[in-house]
Parts: sequence; structure tokens; C-alpha cells
Amino acid sequence: MSMNFLTYLISGISLGSIYAIIALGYTMVYGIAKMLNFAHGDFIMVGCYVVFTIMGMFNGSAVGKIAGVFVAIIVCTLVGVITEKIAYKPLRGASSPLAVLITAIGVSYLLENAALLIFGSDPKSFTSVVPWEGVAVKGLKIQGVTIVTIVVSVIVLVVLQLFVHKTREGQAMLCVAQDKGAAMLMGINVNKTITITFAIGSALAAIAGALQCSAYPALTPYTGAMPGIKAFVAAVLGGIGSIPGAMIGGIVLGVIEILSRSYISSQLADAIVFGVLIIVLLVKPTGILGKNIQEKV
Amino acid sequence: MALLEIKDLTVSYGMIAALKGISFEVEKGEIVALIGANGAGKTTTLHTISGLLKPKSGQILYKGNDISKVPGHKIVQMGMAHVPEGRRVFPDMTVAQNLSMGAYTRRNKKEIADNLANVYEQFPRLCERQNQLAGTLSGGEQQMLAMGRALMSQPEIILMDEPSMGLSPLLVNEIFSIIEKVHQNGVTVLLVEQNAKKALSIADRAYVLETGNVIMEGKASDLLNDEKIHKAYLGE
Repeated sequence: MSMNFLTYLISGISLGSIYAIIALGYTMVYGIAKMLNFAHGDFIMVGCYVVFTIMGMFNGSAVGKIAGVFVAIIVCTLVGVITEKIAYKPLRGASSPLAVLITAIGVSYLLENAALLIFGSDPKSFTSVVPWEGVAVKGLKIQGVTIVTIVVSVIVLVVLQLFVHKTREGQAMLCVAQDKGAAMLMGINVNKTITITFAIGSALAAIAGALQCSAYPALTPYTGAMPGIKAFVAAVLGGIGSIPGAMIGGIVLGVIEILSRSYISSQLADAIVFGVLIIVLLVKPTGILGKNIQEKV
Repeated sequence: MALLEIKDLTVSYGMIAALKGISFEVEKGEIVALIGANGAGKTTTLHTISGLLKPKSGQILYKGNDISKVPGHKIVQMGMAHVPEGRRVFPDMTVAQNLSMGAYTRRNKKEIADNLANVYEQFPRLCERQNQLAGTLSGGEQQMLAMGRALMSQPEIILMDEPSMGLSPLLVNEIFSIIEKVHQNGVTVLLVEQNAKKALSIADRAYVLETGNVIMEGKASDLLNDEKIHKAYLGE
């Protein structure tokens, strides 16, 4: 295997890890609240601006980096929970599922334009939250942020799986995902469970944002839009609603994107990514790990 | 004071009135049956009592307190369990996980374990299949699981919605004998059934629902011999 290929593969896995962390938020919210939160990508952007602002206050010191990520997680969690309470919850049970979908698109534009108003449209240059240079093994140079991104995504996946399968709240989530009414009959507070889900998804968006802007340092109000859409593709690719599926989908997508950008054409990379989605959906509509839904008569 | 008293309950789906002011009561220790044809409002009644639906007007008095505005998830803790129509077990969870979700509101691990042992004793089939996914069980087994899951909350009253639906006659008999056993253990039962004959044969009292109204009530044995009931709901 050539050195170049390995380099591309590793950076693909790293980019895919970012998609995966975003996709986890998409997929959990879909699985539990049965809605597509198209504003999820913009939560990333909110997180990025918070990290950027706090780091600026601390002149880019290490304390500023840690504080920035920490505050971004809190802010994004609040944004997610408040959005859910104000914009989505009143529409739960609306006669058409389109109502909440369109609201989500509205929230997305609201957040983008609010950022435009506050920070302007010129790209901000983001300093990496990972000050580590990285390692070089036999001429193969891997950046610090690349390694940290992959490690963080693995930790996130493991912690989430433990949370869902080993805690009371996690079990409640699984029940709500399968049958809201039956979950309520068990004494599960369905609204609270959905709120917790949004909180987790949004906190993950903040983490993904910090990592993404560290790897790709130009920050604009639209920074979250494309990764948001690609993470949605990743979630569908892996099987929407499935946590391991989001992880696999994200990494597959990241690797395809980087490899096609390197070997085929950087302009065509996104077209290839979305082309893969179409092909996968034609072959297996439920995604890689998605269950085959059986219609009961 | 009745354990459960329904007063002038009205429920609508949008513009359509499903319950038009029904009243009935369930005394502690009774088996009360609600019978009636499709669309009479039997399931709506149970859904409203357990908080899945909110009433338009009327009261639901449980142990003397109006629970019509209590959030559904808090009603379980008050000692009321609901075995819903169509079982609604969690298909992607095992039998054991489903049962443990039944005890979601309880904290005492020892009591829960004792309760679980009781349920397995009562439903040996569930014990054999405890690691099987609930979605792969047969209809009768799912019904048993739904009942076992409800019992895991240690209810004082259990609402059962069409427990016999879609089951073979042999299984229907088994399910009804289980309901009687549950009742003998001190649980009050409010039973909704289309199989009126079966329901009346185990119930103390019954109410007949028709398009959102109670049109008849009485001792189950009397209703079983009533000519009108015979014609309309029991068939010849």
C-alpha cells in the first residue's frame, strides 16, 4: 500500500468520525422523536462560534481551548433543548409530519441568519483546539487533531452505547423509540426522554463542531450546513435510528469523500458522496444496519 | 367509595365525539367488563383512564382523586396498569427486558426480583423464553408478556383491552383463566372485550357501550341471560 493511500485513508476516517458524531445526534433524535432535525447542522456552527469567541477571550491559551469546548457543549445543549421545547414540541402529534420538518428548516435559517448578524459573513480563522502536532511513523505524518478526532468518536460511541443499554434513562429511550404510548404506560416520562435525547445530540454537535473547525479552520455562518447534510446522509446510509449504524455510515462516507477527492476529482467528491447514498438506498433502502421493516397486515 | 369512578366522561377525536358522557364505577376486588361492538368507545375509555388520551370533560376518580389531568406516566405509580389492545410489547427487547420495563417506576431491587419470580411462576412460557426477542413471540405469548409486564408494576387495578383478540379458542381459555388467577391474587380488573360471552362469564358486573354511551348495565350473570344482549352481542 502506498504511503499516500494510507494518509488519505486516515484523514478519511478522521473526517468520517466527525460526520459520525454529528450523525449520532441526527439518528438518536430520529429514532426517539421520529423527526428529522434539519437544524442539527447549525447547532455545530453555534458550537464553533462559541469556541471561537471564548478562545478569543483567552488569547488562544490552553485554558481558553478547554473552556471554549466546555461552554460550547453547554450552549449547544441549551440551544437544542430550547429549540425542541419552543419549536418542535408543540407540533408533536400534528396531523402532518411535514409541519415539524419545515419548522426545522426554519430554525436552521434562523440560526444561520442570527450568526450572520452577530459575526458577519467573512470567514473567521479558527485556531485548532488540539495544540498537539501529531506523530510521524516511518514518514507517515498524522496530525494531532486527526488522531484526537478518531479517539473522541470512539469514546463517544462507547459511552453512548453504555448509556443506552445500561442506564434507566437509556432503557427509557429504547422504549420510547419503539412505542411512545406503551412507554408511557410503563411510567416513562416521554417528553423528558425526548428532551434528554435532544440535549445529548446537541452536546455532540458542539464536540463535532470544535473538531471540524480544528481540521478545517474557516468558520462562517454556513459552516454547519454541509457537514449537517452529509451527516444526515451518513445516518441514512448506516440505517437511521441505529447508533452503530451512524458510526459506520459516517466513517464510510468520510473515507469515500477523501478518496474520491484525492484520486478522482475534488470537484466531484460531493457528487460521488451523494451518488453513493442513492445507490445504497436503491440496493438496501433501510441502510447498512437498518432493520427490514415488515408491514403487518 | 368505589376504587375507580368515571363521571360524565366525554372524549373527542377532533370534531368526532367518541365518548358522549359515560359514567360507571369499579369497586375494589371486582372484575368489571365493558362490552360492545367495534367503535363503541371501549378502547377510548381505557386510553382516557390511563392518560393516553385527555378527556374533553368529566372526571376520572381513582381512590377519590380526580386523575383526568394527571400526566399519563404518573398514573402507573398510583397503582394502575394497562394491558393495551394489540399487546404493544417492545419488539426489539427480550422478554426479560420487557418485564423489567414493567417495573420502571419501582426502585426496590429485591421486591422487583420477587415480583419477577412470581410472574415467571404464573407464566412458565415467559420463563422459558426470557432471552427471546418479544417481537418473535406468538400472539398468545405476547399477550402473556403484556400481562406479565403490567403485573411487574404491582398494580391494584389492571385495565385489559381485548386480551383475546386474534387468539385461538384454546388460548382464549388460557388467557381468561390467567385473568381469573390475577383477580384471585387481589387485583381489581376492568376488562374490555369483544368476546362478550367470555367476558361476562368471568365478570362480576358489566356495562354495555354503544356509540359512546352506556346503554345497559348490570350483573354479568343477568346480562348473560338477557335477550337483547343475546341477540346483539352473543349471537345464537
